[in-house]
Amino acid sequence: MSGALESALRARRESGGKCLVPYLTGGLGDDWLETMQAVAAAGADAIEIGIPFSDPVMDGPTIQLANDRALEAGASPQSILDRVRGADIGVPTAVMTYGNIAYRMGWDRFANTLADAGVSGCILPDIPLEESGAWTAAADQAGIETVLLAAPTAPDERLPRICERSHGFVYAVGLLGITGVRAELADSAKVIAARVKHVTDKPVLVGVGVGTPSQAVEVSEVADGVVVGSAIVQRMLDGGGPEGVAELVAEFRAALDA
Amino acid sequence: MAMTDPSSSGRFGDFGGMFVPETLVPACQELDKAFREAWADEAFRAELHRLLTDYAGRPSPVTVCDNLSEELGCQVLLKREDLNHTGSHKINNVLGQALLAKRMGKTKLVAETGAGQHGVATATAAALFGMDCVVYMGTVDIERQKLNVFRMKLLGAEVRAAESGSQTLKDAVNEAMRHWVAVVESTHYCLGSVMGPHPYPWMVREFHRVIGDEARAQCQALLGGVPDVVVACVGGGSNAAGIFSGFADTDALLVGAEPAGGAAVGRAVPGIVHGSFSYLMQDEWGQVLEAESISAGLDYPGIGPEHAHLAAIGRARYEPVTDAEVIEAFQLLSRTEGIIPALESAHGLAWISRAREELAGKTVLLNLSGRGDKDVGQMMDILG
Repeated sequence: MSGALESALRARRESGGKCLVPYLTGGLGDDWLETMQAVAAAGADAIEIGIPFSDPVMDGPTIQLANDRALEAGASPQSILDRVRGADIGVPTAVMTYGNIAYRMGWDRFANTLADAGVSGCILPDIPLEESGAWTAAADQAGIETVLLAAPTAPDERLPRICERSHGFVYAVGLLGITGVRAELADSAKVIAARVKHVTDKPVLVGVGVGTPSQAVEVSEVADGVVVGSAIVQRMLDGGGPEGVAELVAEFRAALDA
Repeated sequence: MAMTDPSSSGRFGDFGGMFVPETLVPACQELDKAFREAWADEAFRAELHRLLTDYAGRPSPVTVCDNLSEELGCQVLLKREDLNHTGSHKINNVLGQALLAKRMGKTKLVAETGAGQHGVATATAAALFGMDCVVYMGTVDIERQKLNVFRMKLLGAEVRAAESGSQTLKDAVNEAMRHWVAVVESTHYCLGSVMGPHPYPWMVREFHRVIGDEARAQCQALLGGVPDVVVACVGGGSNAAGIFSGFADTDALLVGAEPAGGAAVGRAVPGIVHGSFSYLMQDEWGQVLEAESISAGLDYPGIGPEHAHLAAIGRARYEPVTDAEVIEAFQLLSRTEGIIPALESAHGLAWISRAREELAGKTVLLNLSGRGDKDVGQMMDILG
């Protein structure tokens, strides 16, 4: 199954470029949707739309804070997807949230709601391969690309099974730890990117611990591109607005294109 | 219907599983394998038995409470987990997990704690085994359980505040999991209840099974059979799982007392958090709600998956009790038997006290999971 998300990322790779997928928290501030549109225009190949969850165990302080603020402002999965449905963001999107958000709505209904909203993909970081059957059945039926994570702790035999089941791209986890900007790119980032690239032809993007344009360039020597979350969300929290956030995304784009 | 091993996917009926970030999946699988091997190894069992006996002070006695029985109109027996080293049942599980961690070559422990009992127990095991120990505790709980915070530090553990969300047990679990994701290769997550991803709900129950096995034999000697009712408090549900496991294959009625403000089974809405699929307090969108209880150790919006299963099949009953009833029960046991219970354990007695008409003439075994020393300061403020 290949959808709009994977097609866009493959197209970037085939043109000799590196993929850039920023993560933005849905419902954070009044202008989050405009910010996504501005980010798309600034050179993002796809956008991850975060649907906030009360207990995001894979996320560090920046995205936790963004989640809390969005929830306090009344954001819900439905309110976020309602706004996405009516908007032309300009690039394919994938929702990133946690399993209970999807389970509570119902696997089928959640998948169909994403499809209705024009969302291409979905990432549920606490639904690993072994637990993914019920969700992927619903997602496949609705035409939603389920992106799975590949972590540095995975034994070699595990990676092909993850890559086989992952659609859109394979999300290589850059380090042992939660989301957040680090001073240096972890040594594990290129290692996992190479290990995953070795077993799949699907686009391989590294996320978690990729927080600066130079880190994005460094890891993209091996990977097909990057997911950038906390750095982007921090700019949103700082009140960067559509222009400020797009400016940061343009810096990543320019560095990757150089 | 006995409390049996979970399925190969870590499920008790519909509940359980391994809902963790990909980074932790290999660690949980490795732990499952290591536990299976250790639990089948006579030498491991013997070493754990020696620790439980010589270090923790097992077996814990069963006390027949004549004064309390007269007052309530049913015969109450207490399984005295309060007399264990560190003052609660929690030591059973941490000695098992620390021994297993050592066997697996891990040098560090991380744990979450609510009331501090599991944190103190983990810090104790870490001191005994010469391991580094980090304990996450909600900021609110650090304030209301200062003595246990000091105990953990005295034992050489580092106590870190969980400042997110409700700043209680739920958030301490989040922080412990975040910590574990980053250090999974060197560190064992010493989870304190029958919750979390497989194999924890099963492994922790097995480490607490000693409570039920002992109590079964003790009741046989004292009563010539099994009690009519077995009662325990339930937050995540570890002490209840331990004592229930000794009686699940009998006719005894099993009752778990949940705090009214944290009654996950009472609401009976399934969900996914902290690694397993179980009943969970949540809003219409799946956001986890904050539990509210006078007792920090039960201040948890979920429940172990095996309890959800026992409730779903009707093998155990789960009853909510209010903070006011718990305060009454705390005083009742102190006054009638000279035993100051932990606020958590007082939940079980609160239910017995309320249900005394239903229980008239029956034999009731209550798991007194912990002693109340840690709660005396808080109760002094409440009772003036």
